[in-house]
Amino acid sequence: MTHRTHASGDSTLAIRVIPCLDVAEGRVVKGVNFLDLRDAGDPVELARTYYEQGADEITFLDVTASVEGRGTTYDMVRQTAEQIFIPLTVGGGVRSTDDVARLQGAGADKVGVNSAAIGRPELLGEIADRFGAQALVLSLDVKRSPTTPSGFVVTTHGGRRETTLDAVAWAREAVERGAGELLVNSIDADGTKRGFDLELITLMRENAAVPVIASGGAGRLDHFAPAIQAGADAVLAASVFHNGELTIGDVKSALAESGAIVR
Amino acid sequence: MTAAGARPKVVVLDYGSGNVHSAIKALELAGADVELTAESDRVAKADGLFVPGVGAFSAVMSQLESVRGAEKIDRRLAGGRPVLGVCVGMQVLFDRSVERGSEVDGLGEWPGVIDELKAEVLPHMGWNTVDAPTESLLFDGVRDERFYFVHSFAAQSWSLEGHGARKGPLVTWGDHGGPFVAAVENGPLWATQFHPEKSGQPGIRLLTNWLQTL
Repeated sequence: MTHRTHASGDSTLAIRVIPCLDVAEGRVVKGVNFLDLRDAGDPVELARTYYEQGADEITFLDVTASVEGRGTTYDMVRQTAEQIFIPLTVGGGVRSTDDVARLQGAGADKVGVNSAAIGRPELLGEIADRFGAQALVLSLDVKRSPTTPSGFVVTTHGGRRETTLDAVAWAREAVERGAGELLVNSIDADGTKRGFDLELITLMRENAAVPVIASGGAGRLDHFAPAIQAGADAVLAASVFHNGELTIGDVKSALAESGAIVR
Repeated sequence: MTAAGARPKVVVLDYGSGNVHSAIKALELAGADVELTAESDRVAKADGLFVPGVGAFSAVMSQLESVRGAEKIDRRLAGGRPVLGVCVGMQVLFDRSVERGSEVDGLGEWPGVIDELKAEVLPHMGWNTVDAPTESLLFDGVRDERFYFVHSFAAQSWSLEGHGARKGPLVTWGDHGGPFVAAVENGPLWATQFHPEKSGQPGIRLLTNWLQTL
């Protein structure tokens, strides 16, 4: 029997650029005011626009307050999945495997789990066992703090409440339990537009053998390449895209100039 | 072959696989009339059968068993009727999978073992290039494009050769910490490790390429 194989080279995997849309009750929460859209608050139309601009994935962060309002989330996911043919991640309010089943049934490829896993870490294993690690993103809101060994602590409630969890230890535990990807959001950098927290990204890269998505702090084109050099596999941003300050294409061109591989 | 201008009828095998929504819509956009079913007669008569699959190999195998998926796929292949397996829907076509030391039998259409990639970062998640043979029909017009992968396991060698006058299998390779089989075109049985339904326009084109052979 002959076995054919093929020469192996350096990684050819492209860095992913991911726009994140905050949505509530099926509407975009943070205003989008740069596009000539029929309805600038329609997440489906906005997702399609980013798809056409070359986004590598789309992430929805659902901040719907009420349980009743979540029905609109499933409709929104369904309509989006019918129109865009790139991976779709939905985070926010995922508390059970049934929540994951409903989102996946509507067309989500991955779910982001955050505070529910802090409250009950077993949830991660339950989701990974039923849907696979590739469908499970652990989302962490992380802050610098002298209270933990790594110097970074996990927070909840958008960074307003500190837990006692060391961010690096929590990331390692989550991967052990089945998380297939880490969405690492720096609360310190978020909203500053002064760049990603590179030290945090490097720490995560060194401690987790799953893809790391860097989030929080993107403001200028030259902020993205350092995040990749620090070890991120993907970069996520929201307001710089929604405000029209940067396009997906701008970010990819800047990354390509730095030597990173982009699609 | 379907008549010129007619939309081929494709069945997406309904066995409880997650997120078949995108596959159905992508196949429709690529030019098919699509039905989600596991009903024997419908599966047998369709111009093409699309076998999706995400998650764990063992879970996909037991879900397939619950709808007698192996028989349905075998019956089509015995009649030379096209089947396209995607992601874990491709992996189950091989002899078996080795996950964390335990072996699970696959459908055994192709010799070979599915095991974990040897890359530092897993899953292999994102848009990657492939190396398709020049004779490939599946990659016609898209051989230089990137496709969306999300998997930790794969076939990392290929041993099936063609016999006599029959054309041998066309194997397309990917690389993540080492080479792996990214796609196969073997008689009526084709498969991709990546997700064409999540690979944007190139993925739609690739599905259209498959539909054109039905």
